[in-house]
Amino acid sequence: MSLLDTPLWEVVKGSFAAEVWDKIAPAVFETLYMTAIASLITLVFGLALGILLTVTNPDGLLPLKMFYNLSGWLINILRSLPQMVMIILMIPVARVLFGKSYGTNPCMVAIAACCIPMYARIVESSILEISKGKIEAAKSMGSTNTQIIVRVLLPETLPSLIRGFTVAIIAVLSMTALAGMFGAGGVGDIAVRFGYQRFQHDVLFAAVYVLIALVQIIQFCGNFASKRIIKKRNLI
Amino acid sequence: MGYVEIVGLRKSFSIRGHPLEVLKNVDLRVEKGEIYGIIGFSGAGKSTLARCINRLEEADEGEIVIGGVDIRSLDKQALLRERRNIGMIFQQFNLFEAKTVYENIAYPLRISKTLRKGIHTRVLEAAKVVGLSDKLAEFPGGLSGGQKQRVGIARALINRPNVLLSDEATSALDPQTTLQILELLKEINAKTGVTILMITHELDVIKYTCSRMAVLENGVIIENGNTNEVFGNSKSKTGEIFFKVYAEFQRGPEFTGGDGI
Repeated sequence: MSLLDTPLWEVVKGSFAAEVWDKIAPAVFETLYMTAIASLITLVFGLALGILLTVTNPDGLLPLKMFYNLSGWLINILRSLPQMVMIILMIPVARVLFGKSYGTNPCMVAIAACCIPMYARIVESSILEISKGKIEAAKSMGSTNTQIIVRVLLPETLPSLIRGFTVAIIAVLSMTALAGMFGAGGVGDIAVRFGYQRFQHDVLFAAVYVLIALVQIIQFCGNFASKRIIKKRNLI
Repeated sequence: MGYVEIVGLRKSFSIRGHPLEVLKNVDLRVEKGEIYGIIGFSGAGKSTLARCINRLEEADEGEIVIGGVDIRSLDKQALLRERRNIGMIFQQFNLFEAKTVYENIAYPLRISKTLRKGIHTRVLEAAKVVGLSDKLAEFPGGLSGGQKQRVGIARALINRPNVLLSDEATSALDPQTTLQILELLKEINAKTGVTILMITHELDVIKYTCSRMAVLENGVIIENGNTNEVFGNSKSKTGEIFFKVYAEFQRGPEFTGGDGI
C-alpha cells in the first residue's frame, strides 16, 4: 500500500495487517539483538573510557594531562564523524573480526564505535557532578583510588549513569535503523527496502510504530530504574 | 613535644599564574587528648591547615608530626594507613548518599578489609555512641542535619583514630543541634581520649569545648594559649573583633525589640 495512490487513513489501517507484521516480526528480533549486544558493548567500553577520562582529568584522582587531552581529542574526532561515515570506516575492522563487512554482527562494531564515545562523555559528566567533598571524605578515610571509583563514584552516580545509558541505548537503536541500509537487517532495513524503495508505506508505518514503541519502553525503564533508586535513597 | 606538632608550615596556591600564600609559617602544638580550637575569619587558611594535616593538600614546607609520625615523609601506602588514624568531620557532612547509615559508618572498616563480624559489632557500638542505633537502615537523604553529622562523627571514629579534625563541623547546624554535637564530641573526647582539632569561625564553639585555642589570620597564627586567657585579654585585632561580636551577642535580651546590634 502506497501513499501515492491510497489515502493516508487506508495506509494507516493497512499497516496493522497481519501480512505486514509477518514481514516486520523477524526484523524486530534482529533489531533487539543488535541493540542489546551493541548497548552492552557500549556500556562496558563507554563506562571504562568515561571513568578513565574522569580519573585522568587535571582535577581528577590521577591527573594525567597528556593522556586526558589525547583521549578527549580522539573522542571528539569519533563523535564528529557522521554515523553513516563511521559505518563505512568500520568495514575493514568488521572484516577482520567477522570475516565479512555486511550483516548484523559486523554492523554492531560500527554501532558500538559510534556510541561508545558518546556514552563515555555522558559518564564523565555524570561523575564530575559528584561533590568534591565526598571524594575528599573517602580520601581522608584512607581509600585508594580504586576504592573511591568502585565504592563511591559509581554507586553515588548510579541514577545519573542509568539515565545516560538510556540515552545511549536509544542512540544505539536509532543507529541500528541506519545500519539496516548497510545490510545489518532489522527494522531499519525493512523500512528502507519496503517503505522507500518499493513505496510500501504501510510497512514503513509499521516499522515506525515498532521504533516508537521500543524508544518509549527503553525510556520508561530507564526513568523508572533511576527514579526508584533516587526514591530509595530519600533524595526526592 | 606535643602530640600534634606543626612547625613552619607553608602552603601556597597558584591563582591564574599568581602565587597566593594561604599558610605562612604556621606553628602549632596540640597535647594528647585535648580539644584545641583554631578560629579565624573566612579565608584565613583554617580549612587548608586541616587539609594539610592529613595531606588532602600537600604543604610546600614545614613539618607535621602526629604521635611521633612525620606525616609529610610518609609514602603513599603508609599515608593511606596513617589517614585511618586521623578522623575528619566536615561542614557539609559528606556522607555517601548511596549507602545506608550502617554502610556509611562501616565504610572505613570495609576499605581496611576488617572481618565482617568485627565490622558489625563496631558499627553497632559506634551507632550507639552517637545515638543512631534506630537509624542504621536509613539513607542519609532522610536524616536531619544533626543526625547526618552524628553519622559523620561515627564514621570518623570507627577506626578509633588518635586525632579528629573537625572542619567547621557545626557551621551548617542550628544552635540547639550545634550544642548537642559539641556535647557529643566532648563526651567522646572524655571517654576515648581522642585529640580533637576544632576548626571553626564560631567563638561559642571554641569557648564551649576547647581548653586551648589559636587565632589564625591571613595564614599566620597571631595568638594562642589558654582559651580563657585569650578570651579575657586578646592581643590581636582579629581576636578583639571576635570577642567584641561574641560579647555583643551575649547581651541578647537588650535586642529582643528586633533593633539588632
